[in-house]
Amino acid sequence: MNITRFFIQGNEACARGAIKAGCKFFAGYPITPSTEVAEDAAIILPKEGGTFIQMEDEISALGAVIGAAWAGVKGMTATSGPGFSLMQEHIGYAAMTETPLVIVDVQRGSPSTAQPTMASQSDMMQARWGSHGDYEIIALVPSSVQECFDFTVEAFNLAEKYRVPVIVLSDEIIGHMREKINIPDKVEIIARKMPEEGPETFLPYKAEPDGVSPMPPFGAGYKIHVTGLTHDERGYPDASNPETHTKLVKRLCNKILNHRGELTRVKELYTEDADIIVVSYGAPSRSAITAVKNAREKGIKAGHIKLEIVWPFPEEIIRSAAQQASDIIVAEMNLGQMVYEVERVVKSDAEVSLLPKIGGQIHRPEEFLEMIYKCQK
Amino acid sequence: MSNKPKVSGFMNYLRKERIPTIFCAGCGNGTVINTFFNAMEMAELSLDNISMVSGIGCSSRIPGYIKCDSLHTTHGRPIAFATGVKLGNPDMDVVVFTGDGDAAAIGGNHLIHAARRNLDLTVICVNNSIYGMTGGQISPTSPKGSFASTTPYGALEAPFDLAKLVSGAGATYVSRWTTVHPLPLSNAIKKGLQNKGFSFIEVISQCPTYFGRKNRMRSAVEMMKYMKTHSVVKKKAKKMSEEELEGKIILGDFVNRNWPEFSEMLCEQVNEKSEKGLIDAIKSAYKTDL
Repeated sequence: MNITRFFIQGNEACARGAIKAGCKFFAGYPITPSTEVAEDAAIILPKEGGTFIQMEDEISALGAVIGAAWAGVKGMTATSGPGFSLMQEHIGYAAMTETPLVIVDVQRGSPSTAQPTMASQSDMMQARWGSHGDYEIIALVPSSVQECFDFTVEAFNLAEKYRVPVIVLSDEIIGHMREKINIPDKVEIIARKMPEEGPETFLPYKAEPDGVSPMPPFGAGYKIHVTGLTHDERGYPDASNPETHTKLVKRLCNKILNHRGELTRVKELYTEDADIIVVSYGAPSRSAITAVKNAREKGIKAGHIKLEIVWPFPEEIIRSAAQQASDIIVAEMNLGQMVYEVERVVKSDAEVSLLPKIGGQIHRPEEFLEMIYKCQK
Repeated sequence: MSNKPKVSGFMNYLRKERIPTIFCAGCGNGTVINTFFNAMEMAELSLDNISMVSGIGCSSRIPGYIKCDSLHTTHGRPIAFATGVKLGNPDMDVVVFTGDGDAAAIGGNHLIHAARRNLDLTVICVNNSIYGMTGGQISPTSPKGSFASTTPYGALEAPFDLAKLVSGAGATYVSRWTTVHPLPLSNAIKKGLQNKGFSFIEVISQCPTYFGRKNRMRSAVEMMKYMKTHSVVKKKAKKMSEEELEGKIILGDFVNRNWPEFSEMLCEQVNEKSEKGLIDAIKSAYKTDL
């Protein structure tokens, strides 16, 4: 396997990762600070035999990606806060119809149009709960340019494996930062599953034991009906039937929740004996790691957990961390979002403190150290 | 090709297990389905290669009763989804079923942009001038002065002329007929299916349940008589004054032109830029070696 080194932005790395993972369709709408994902895709995709289209808004961008998925190609879009808000209805539609796709959300200062050129992590809960209803998605958070590439590849594979929208929650810092990264010639690709059964007997929404059904493309003779309405195993609307609805929505949630184990992805540092554990994800992890190393040099038993898949939330990891450490510090570039998940899991097993930061800048290592000292007292 | 509808054969095109439909007695959707099948046969197309996309509303339920790949999407957005289906597999014939609320209100932007791109879609817009599914609210195509549950004292807004709007936006085939003109309507849908480009067929249809009831036309027959007596073909309309045309439904082809089609141009561009070409991308989600 050949590896090529590049010195590129996080946003470009997302586009490169997508294309390596088999993405052949990109529909987007310009928005700062995510536009470079679309620009890079617009240059590279046609060279790889794929199509790029700039749509009239973010609603239609995600709609087109869903349409392309049913036509049989892997697709993605990229956006930021205001555009991500517009996409919410179609995220719910993709979850309900089990349409695999990838969305890169390069988070910026929010709410509303707020800070287009500054970073935040303020869409964390929106990624989880943004569309109406009970549903589950998968979300990954990169903290480096290499991870933008790697996690986008992973996002495509998870989308196919679980037939679910997968969100890469990047941010303005990671998206616009340039770093050296390694891009392999080939990456592992999970292909979409064709049904083994013929069209006469195949039930498109009768899931296999793992909760996921094979997905035939349009034009393959299966003549399937896809709807956002509550549907039975044939895919036909059955919207007033409480049993059909309960069975469907529970399956949609459980096909993710029952695979929490496989979907747990964190990186731990010095947690084996840590009294104080810093939990972070994305950009702030960079300064958190520096701070935790500094604390260790000073003899403080500090540790760090970097969340890489944030949804589904890695409950087991945080629960066992809380059983060992006396203090958990949650650092995020918002006024407190993932801290609610940490608190929910930790209960009274450890003291949970929030280190929030808004305004667009990343936490400085000193801010972490100050918090670590406070916890020591 | 004979223009005679082959009604008995059409049953095979339906998902029979889903019959009866949810449509009210006297609804125009049945005529639209019938004329579509007739048009499809005249155009020598097959449901094997047709993907139908629809939004939300009564007419958007049509594809759910037809034995083909069908995507019943969100309110107002079927043309956006259809754009993805067509670009994802340009070999497919993509048909959109939509209504006046779906296409002209919430989805107006997607309608004009797809027309501007001249993307090869056949959009059949069933315009009954009312929101039927939600129980009779005013729509952007309801005539001024008409009554609906949200205009209990009469509508003040001027309606959209959808055929004109889409013609102006760049569609290459635009036609308007009513459900009382099934044969010319079939012919228009056929032309739409055959046109390589954005085709828009506006079908003026009756909703006796809501529009009729609120506007003193209590039966489907009454509404159909109204459509018959109030419509004028374009040729004749050209010779009429503005006063004479007041309240009239103008029928016929508004646009029929040969402009470059978007997916074809895009394919050409991709084939020029890549070694593999777009053909290789078709159904690529099922491949691991790319």
